Amino acid sequence: MLYRVAGQFKTSYKADYALFPVRQDAWLLTFILLLAFVVFPMTANEFTFRALLIPVLIYSLAALGLNILTGYAGQLSLGTGAFMGVGAYACYKLVTIFPEMNIVVAIALSGFFSATVGMAFGLPSLRIKGFYLAIATLAAQFFLVWLFQKWAWLYNYNASGAIQVPNISMFGVPVAGPNAKAITQYYFVLGIVCVVTFFAINITRGRIGRIWKAVRDMDIAAELVGINLMKAKLLAFFVSSYIVGVAGALFVFLWRGAAEAELFDIQLSFRVLFIAIIGGLGSILGNFLGAILIVALPVLLGVVPRMFGLPISSAMVEHLNIMIIGALIITFLILEPHGLARYWQIIREKLIIWPFPH
Amino acid sequence: MDFLHSVLVKPFTDMAAAPDFLLQVLWEGTVSGVLYSLIALGFVLIFKSSRIFNFAQGIMVVFAALTLVGLYERGVPAWLALPLTLGVMFILAVAIERVVLRPLVNQPDIILFMATIGITLFLIGLGETIFGGENKRMITQELGIPTGSYIFEPFGGFVSIEQRDITAVVGAIVLVGALLLFLNKSKMGRAIRALGDDHQAALSVGISLSTIWVLVWFIAGMIALATGIVWGSRAGVSFALEVIALKALPVLMLGGLESVTGAIIGGLMIGILEKLFEIYWGQPLLGGNTEAWFAYMLALLVLLFRPQGLFGEKIIERV
Repeated sequence: MLYRVAGQFKTSYKADYALFPVRQDAWLLTFILLLAFVVFPMTANEFTFRALLIPVLIYSLAALGLNILTGYAGQLSLGTGAFMGVGAYACYKLVTIFPEMNIVVAIALSGFFSATVGMAFGLPSLRIKGFYLAIATLAAQFFLVWLFQKWAWLYNYNASGAIQVPNISMFGVPVAGPNAKAITQYYFVLGIVCVVTFFAINITRGRIGRIWKAVRDMDIAAELVGINLMKAKLLAFFVSSYIVGVAGALFVFLWRGAAEAELFDIQLSFRVLFIAIIGGLGSILGNFLGAILIVALPVLLGVVPRMFGLPISSAMVEHLNIMIIGALIITFLILEPHGLARYWQIIREKLIIWPFPH
Repeated sequence: MDFLHSVLVKPFTDMAAAPDFLLQVLWEGTVSGVLYSLIALGFVLIFKSSRIFNFAQGIMVVFAALTLVGLYERGVPAWLALPLTLGVMFILAVAIERVVLRPLVNQPDIILFMATIGITLFLIGLGETIFGGENKRMITQELGIPTGSYIFEPFGGFVSIEQRDITAVVGAIVLVGALLLFLNKSKMGRAIRALGDDHQAALSVGISLSTIWVLVWFIAGMIALATGIVWGSRAGVSFALEVIALKALPVLMLGGLESVTGAIIGGLMIGILEKLFEIYWGQPLLGGNTEAWFAYMLALLVLLFRPQGLFGEKIIERV
């Protein structure tokens, strides 16, 4: 009933390839955007912004970057955390060297630094394939984190070795740093995430996206039909690392406020990989679903036992949290290896034919 | 010129000037190399028989060591704690096969890889929930491993070798020998190799997939326990060991994912070379702690020239 497609006729190929072939999809998206832009900011408090909404958006963005590389172009990466670090450190250097630079410009530029580094570490992908390629990104992961610690110029020779976000205003409104209000930061992150997601959707469903999918499914066959593998793979590394770098800059500047090299260690890479896989490889929507799950779970685990009056120490919550995430990953992989996004697809198919399934 | 001198000449003159120190460095490198090899061996066994890239091997090391120490702290005598831990590792192998692997047969590689990361997280959480997250002392003496050290004086210098390291190296050699004997001479070993060669052919002649998987994961668990005891006695038992266990990945890549020889030689190579690099190049020139990334960069470099690793099977691609 709600999702009935009867009567929506398409008279051209263009209409058939439109972003929303079914009218209800567009309404649903409008509804979600309304929630994100109007309802959440009106109802959320400081804690919800800082613990749920902002991290969900930032992790979704990072997972989106990884998903382009792993889900669309089929190149496994275990170095997402370090590429986020490149974005964050580049943004920090840009902001401290050019204090009058607009923060949006700084974040957009810092993406190019991580994109370049990502492309350099993507070069081995032309020769090394599959799991062996994981070593290239692992090398990036450990080498870059080591560099963040040892290269004092990157953190302006701070005694603490950490980067501290200064107060940054845009058009007179504090956006980043200790003075910024959570709601401004939320809108800022939401805006960037929306723009990047819009571009990502259109890249992945266009010519480039189809090239990536061909490379993912079988790269030799792709080469035989005339796809330039080097261009395709390096472009995937470039776009992916750019988005990951932007996510890293947002991660530090609009959420954490300060960061040291250890923040970008391999655990962060794995967290982003979980989000991409639980959400669904090769899907844009999945990143958001996965991020909601992974970010909300620890918060829920901290809150729920207290509601029932169970005395659980915070260390215990931490341990249980890791254990439950591990179990969840296995459960999800067994139940639906294609991730949460596939669930939505199934539900949608069912809704379209409901209530007459035959 | 100065820079070239300090990169190309000075480290070698340093080595020649203090040969006893060089020997010490080489020995240290060999010992950590042996441990890397052991962890990598667990990986290779599982990869050969099931094509699963088992990320959890490193955590199994910590989990085995933690179970051993935890049992001892709860009043179980050391001689009993050892077989009990082996029992736990066996239960773990059966559980992993039943709960995780069996439902995931025939899924793409990356899904299985993710599942082993899930196992990793689960084991970390489980271990910390039961035994606590703080660093523990390995019960080295209680297990009857000597803890003194020998001192040699070659070239009028001074080299100190810990007895537990010698035990570790000898133990590892015995373990690897037994494993090779088992793989090459026993019926079960032949079944494991058959599965590695051709899954479907092995199944069609009646080799039981689930039995072999349990067996292989149990052997990996035994190797993990041995590694855990040795490593724990050097650095204490805690989940910080996990980072060291990640080193097994470059070892594997360097040696080739399917090769037992590759795991051993790759481990020794990385152990020795990263120590040498750290002492003679890393500390004076790069500010130290290069061991964090050297192994990965070395493996990457080797892979650029041999994409299947030093001893891996040649990758043949068909469309």
